[in-house]
Amino acid sequence: MSVSLSDASIYRFLWVYPALQESVERMKPVGKHSLGASGEISDFQEILRYLDELILYDNMWDDGNSLGPKEVHNYLTRVMYNRRNKFNPLWNSLVLGGVKNGQKYLGMVSMIGVHFEDNHVATGFGNHLARPILRDEWHENLSFEDGVKLLEKCMRVLLYRDRSAVNKLQIAKITEEGVTISQPYALKTFWNFAAFQNPTVGAEGSWKVTITGDSLSLPPSPTMGDSSSTVIDYGNRLDI
Amino acid sequence: MFRNQYDTDVTTWSPQGRLFQVEYAMEAVKQGSAAIGLRSKTHVVLASVNKAQSELSSHQKKIFKVDHHIGVAIAGLTADGRVLSRYMRSECINYSYTYESPLPVGRLVVQLADKAQVCTQRSWKRPYGVGLLVAGLDESGAHLYYNCPSGNYFEYQAFAIGSRSQAAKTYMERRFEGFVSSTREDLLKDALFALRETLQGEKLKSSICTVAVVGVGEEFHILDNETVQGLIDAFEIVGEETPAPEEAAPAADEPAAADQGAPADEGAAPMDI
Repeated sequence: MSVSLSDASIYRFLWVYPALQESVERMKPVGKHSLGASGEISDFQEILRYLDELILYDNMWDDGNSLGPKEVHNYLTRVMYNRRNKFNPLWNSLVLGGVKNGQKYLGMVSMIGVHFEDNHVATGFGNHLARPILRDEWHENLSFEDGVKLLEKCMRVLLYRDRSAVNKLQIAKITEEGVTISQPYALKTFWNFAAFQNPTVGAEGSWKVTITGDSLSLPPSPTMGDSSSTVIDYGNRLDI
Repeated sequence: MFRNQYDTDVTTWSPQGRLFQVEYAMEAVKQGSAAIGLRSKTHVVLASVNKAQSELSSHQKKIFKVDHHIGVAIAGLTADGRVLSRYMRSECINYSYTYESPLPVGRLVVQLADKAQVCTQRSWKRPYGVGLLVAGLDESGAHLYYNCPSGNYFEYQAFAIGSRSQAAKTYMERRFEGFVSSTREDLLKDALFALRETLQGEKLKSSICTVAVVGVGEEFHILDNETVQGLIDAFEIVGEETPAPEEAAPAADEPAAADQGAPADEGAAPMDI
């Protein structure tokens, strides 16, 4: 997910999923631009190889011309769409960001070749959870720090809603000079809601039962902050 | 040039290190009717003299639009020129399709030059017999290149190719330092004047010449006859005296009949600049 900022710099960050290694980097610098992906990591690695070759040949011309982010985005679109047409897609959603001649560029390509350019883009569920926030709160003159805060806000929402995510993320800052990608860092999350304390209290078939007032009755569904109830755990008593 | 025993094959060197077939191909360029190009910082102008086979036929097409930002003027074997223009158009449109961006002129020219070089190193091929003046605009500014049958290419501020092109070159040599800051109108004026030099007294009118422009904010396009005639009249080109007689042109500029070429061994081969 990415945001475009006022001082000719754009950035994004992505989750880092732990696997057998400490972390998997889903965002890489490509020439002076930056590419991030969701989906198949193996396909992402393949795409990185294609782009390596593209940037290499571009540099080999050594003629003062260079491929900008718009050109790379279009190249990726062609690749993805072509694979889709052969019923053998590269299973990724790609986000490409870059700055050239003072022009900021942020584009997205999906695995079926849908592509567009916008001030903020997201992949997967980010489109549903994060973009509404971005639509409300993004504006042309965001500073870098404000942009990071905005993205962290979005990422937190996504983190809470993803059962297999880890709270680590990376930020890429892209300016005319090039790309810097931060080290992975953790987001603080808050899980101390009352409903999360004893989430299965009173659920059908559970051992735990709530007592409200003076009679033992069938428990209502667990409510937040119901301080008048006490919990009796029948789990270890076999004579009930 | 004279015939010699090393000029049968393109893949045969002469003892002096020359490939005569390639040089002969460059002769073919000199036989074609003149084409000139000049550029400023923001515009490039191409102009050519249109010869017709006879009064009954139409004029040869010598200027081709290759893309919105690139055009080419040819001199020599027009058939070869047409084929190379088609190649250039193909390269440009493929690049545009893949990158959504115009092909930088410098890269197109190198691809063209490499294509020409192949024909100088295959025994079953012959060199292209056409010289191309490529005019284009890209991120790095306005460009004018000349592509040779030898596979060489050069960038120019102003250049002329084809028969009697030396006259135009002389005219432009005196003025080219000012071209970089010329306005579009000045550039057009100089182009028409230079073109008139190659006509050697013949009257300049829009029916025998073609003019094309490309510039910042201006797509490559060929000016129509009325516009050109308007320019000719406005600049009063027809009415002016021809300037000082052209310098002694190398015999190679003369039409094929005059075989007064310098002996084959004299001087560096044209393509070895």
